[in-house]
Amino acid sequence: MSQITRREAAAGVSSRAMHELSIAASIVEAVTEAAAGYPGARVSAVRLRIGALSAVIEDSLQFCWGVTTEGTPLASARLEVRILPVVVHCATCGVTAEIGVQSFHCPRCGAPALDLRQGRELEIESIEIDDPEPATAHAQEKQTL
Amino acid sequence: MTTRIVELRRGILKKNDELAAGLRARFEGAGVLVLNLVSSPGTGKTTFLERTLRELRERGNRVAALVGDLETDNDARRLASSGAPVRQINTHGICHLDAEMVGKHLESWSLDGGGALGLSQLDYLFIENVGNLVCPSSYDLGERIRVALLSVTEGEDKPLKYPTLFNSADAAVITKIDLAGPCGFERDTALRNIQQIRPGIQIFETSAKTGAGMAEWLDYLAAARKAS
Repeated sequence: MSQITRREAAAGVSSRAMHELSIAASIVEAVTEAAAGYPGARVSAVRLRIGALSAVIEDSLQFCWGVTTEGTPLASARLEVRILPVVVHCATCGVTAEIGVQSFHCPRCGAPALDLRQGRELEIESIEIDDPEPATAHAQEKQTL
Repeated sequence: MTTRIVELRRGILKKNDELAAGLRARFEGAGVLVLNLVSSPGTGKTTFLERTLRELRERGNRVAALVGDLETDNDARRLASSGAPVRQINTHGICHLDAEMVGKHLESWSLDGGGALGLSQLDYLFIENVGNLVCPSSYDLGERIRVALLSVTEGEDKPLKYPTLFNSADAAVITKIDLAGPCGFERDTALRNIQQIRPGIQIFETSAKTGAGMAEWLDYLAAARKAS
């Protein structure tokens, strides 16, 4: 990665993971906005809730996150992705159950499952930030050196 | 140094969702039925839309189209031959339309040379998305009806490969039905696959070349507009 420019990397991404590149850019925008409320702090992790029906591939998103944040204050932030299965509520038999993404029918009674309770999420759950504290900042710096 | 967790609980595409909600309210207020057409490249969205626009105009409807494309304005020029006002949106590499692009183009679009597009002068506004079955599924454009299109040349398992898009669709259109025979298109399998991903969805089997299925499609549009 160090041998190629970010622009080249993005060009390489565009053909196979354009969706994730757009999503990564939106995450960067939202996190940067939220982190602005904590001047001097460093974002160390970003936690996402991604529904199985969101069409986001985690590996691609991780790759795009790296490309998008390279050289920015978010470069060292980990992206933690939690994939949520599709959950439907069946209006016919009343069951609430997990299903796959290949058939939208109630796993118990087979009726059409139209009421999605989970699975489309594209959400930033939280961010983890490191606040430098004047009293301990020096000690911390020594430790990491 | 202290580490803390800040709860955000916000949608990654929150900005788009908010803009889309604003557009939807405007569309509803103006009484225009807005549709978002999504398919792979090569499905025949433009040809299908061209015929739709022409036939709607022949029925006395006021129609317009916004068409997304990566770089060219070929589609807009083709659609304009229907006589309907058409506006091209070039996304310059972005693989989907978003609500901001739609809003911006509506602001600067003049139907009669004076001011912005009068949405209330329209019965239908069609938005032809960039050819792509993945990205457009996440971006709400404020449409009331999302249409997923599939051609007989693409393979019957497309709905299973792209469940996100087909599951979010309100109507499905099969295009190029006149080529079903030569392509060995397995109609029952295709219909079953669509219904498996989106149970109960209305499916229109059409040919923009022969006109097959167009009457049913136009009747559906008229009924949807009446209901709005």
